[in-house]
Amino acid sequence: MKEPAPVTARLHGVSVAIENVTKTYELRDGGDLLALDRVDLTIAPGEFVSIVGPSGCGKSTLLSLVAGLVPVSTGKILIDGEEVRRPHAKVGVVFQTDLLLYWRSVMDNIMLPIEIKGWRRRDYLPRAARLLEQVGLAGFESKYPSELSGGMRQRTAICRALVQEPGLLLMDEPFGALDALTREQMIIDLQAMWLSVGSTVLFITHSIEEAVFLADRVLVMSPRPGRIDLDRTIEIPRPRSWRSRTDAKFIEYMSEIRGIFETRGVLKA
Amino acid sequence: MTAAGGQGVDDKQSRRKRNLVRAITETAAAPVLALIILAVWQVGVPLAGISDFILPTPWQILRRIVVDHRLMATHAGVTLLETLAGFALAAVTGVGTALMIFYSRLFERAIYPLLVALQTIPKVALAPLLVLYLGYGFAPKLFLAFLLAFFPIVIATVVGLNGLDKAMVNLVRSMGASEWQTFFKVRLPSALPSLFGGLKVGISLAVIGAVIGEYVAAERGLGYLQLQASSQFDTTLSFAAMIVIAALGVVTFWSLEALEKRAVFEREAAR
Ligand SMILES: Nc1ncnc2c1ncn2[C@@H]1O[C@H](COP(=O)(O)OP(=O)(O)OP(=O)(O)O)[C@@H](O)[C@H]1O
Ligand SMILES: [Mg+2]
Repeated sequence: MKEPAPVTARLHGVSVAIENVTKTYELRDGGDLLALDRVDLTIAPGEFVSIVGPSGCGKSTLLSLVAGLVPVSTGKILIDGEEVRRPHAKVGVVFQTDLLLYWRSVMDNIMLPIEIKGWRRRDYLPRAARLLEQVGLAGFESKYPSELSGGMRQRTAICRALVQEPGLLLMDEPFGALDALTREQMIIDLQAMWLSVGSTVLFITHSIEEAVFLADRVLVMSPRPGRIDLDRTIEIPRPRSWRSRTDAKFIEYMSEIRGIFETRGVLKA
Repeated sequence: MTAAGGQGVDDKQSRRKRNLVRAITETAAAPVLALIILAVWQVGVPLAGISDFILPTPWQILRRIVVDHRLMATHAGVTLLETLAGFALAAVTGVGTALMIFYSRLFERAIYPLLVALQTIPKVALAPLLVLYLGYGFAPKLFLAFLLAFFPIVIATVVGLNGLDKAMVNLVRSMGASEWQTFFKVRLPSALPSLFGGLKVGISLAVIGAVIGEYVAAERGLGYLQLQASSQFDTTLSFAAMIVIAALGVVTFWSLEALEKRAVFEREAAR
């Protein structure tokens, strides 16, 4: 990746505080399902936090709560000290699938949040163009999603989340649907983007390697009901590259996290 | 290198040629098929010794349409008006009903059995009653056209609205969209292909509804004209009226399709 050109002035990353949050789903059959159990967590402004955990442990649930899409059962979530009750204006979300609107061009897809917020499109066009350039999609503005590869579509989705200058970027397994090679590149590119953009990031993944590579802190969640089992600060200098993976520290972090999954019975020796 | 370049140019030319040939054959397909059928009909009728009183030839029918074009146009105008009025009413109330079904579970539960029951009643059986209630004029025809078109429009719209992925709704909600914005930004556009499917079925049924109304009791319209012709054993005129009814169906259908082309983003069909 080229030297990351600053997208605009670096954004003001917001802080996130998750205070003793429990989430119980009411099931159709009348029963209750405890998805998250007393989760406590604070994220500093501009920090990159990864969450790994077994399938069904409540990672997506936690993200929906922070995004304000689903109400908490108990406890509270604060973004920059303000309690989340509905989707917060400073939050951008990237989901597992790109969720591009097939009837809109790349640029029109990216402008969707701007339209919804009722902001002036004109004011954000230069930023959108720079973001597209940064993910290697300059010249694709008027293409339609059906003309793009899976990786290009997810890049577009990332630009769409970043165009509104979010103080917090929530990502739910954004690279889960991509092939291994594209994924490698996306991880490198995401790091570069984050370094230049400056938002706080909450990144959910199934991949321990992805989590360690990207994050300032990796949180490991237990099987359902989800709790935070481990909170590990990753002290590997940035920008990290492929070579960082053979770093002794990197390998140590990976095996520590694997070890947790093993004791939890998620991974078997 | 040059050879490869030449190959490329050749490829492009042959591809353009292939596309042109395909475009021509595809446009010609329908007229050619129609002409074949007409030719077999034209030649076959006298060969089989069928009198034109039983089955006139296409040429005779066509001549009749041309000769009586004034008559045809007047009656066609009446039927067209009934069709369009009934269809417009069905489109507005049908989409409205679909929205209520979509947004209210209670309404859905209450209305669905009724809708299906209504749909199952043979509308032809309803026609004489409608005459009794609404008279001989414009109203019963409009109502029948409406009644036939209503159901497919409701169902197609509901199916279209339900087809939207929940994740898509979450996406726009995460951007702070109101339900109003969610509807216009994603729900409606993603329901449009299905909605237009319903409208297209609806408009062909509206033509049938209007004509049924005219069969039962009318003083004008293509259905009336056809019935008159049959009762006077004017088979050629009867056929002529039928052809114009069919043409009416095709033209209204095409108009909707033209509208659809402008309103709906064409997704690459998976075939
Ligand atoms: N809307 C809902 N209603 C009821 N139960 C739900 C709902 N959403 C999630 N759950 C349940 O909550 C639990 C946690 O789900 P969640 O989607 O948060 O897991 P996850 O960690 O994201 O899993 P994965 O890694 O497979 O995406 C699961 O058992 C799931 O069945
Ligand atoms: Mg999930």
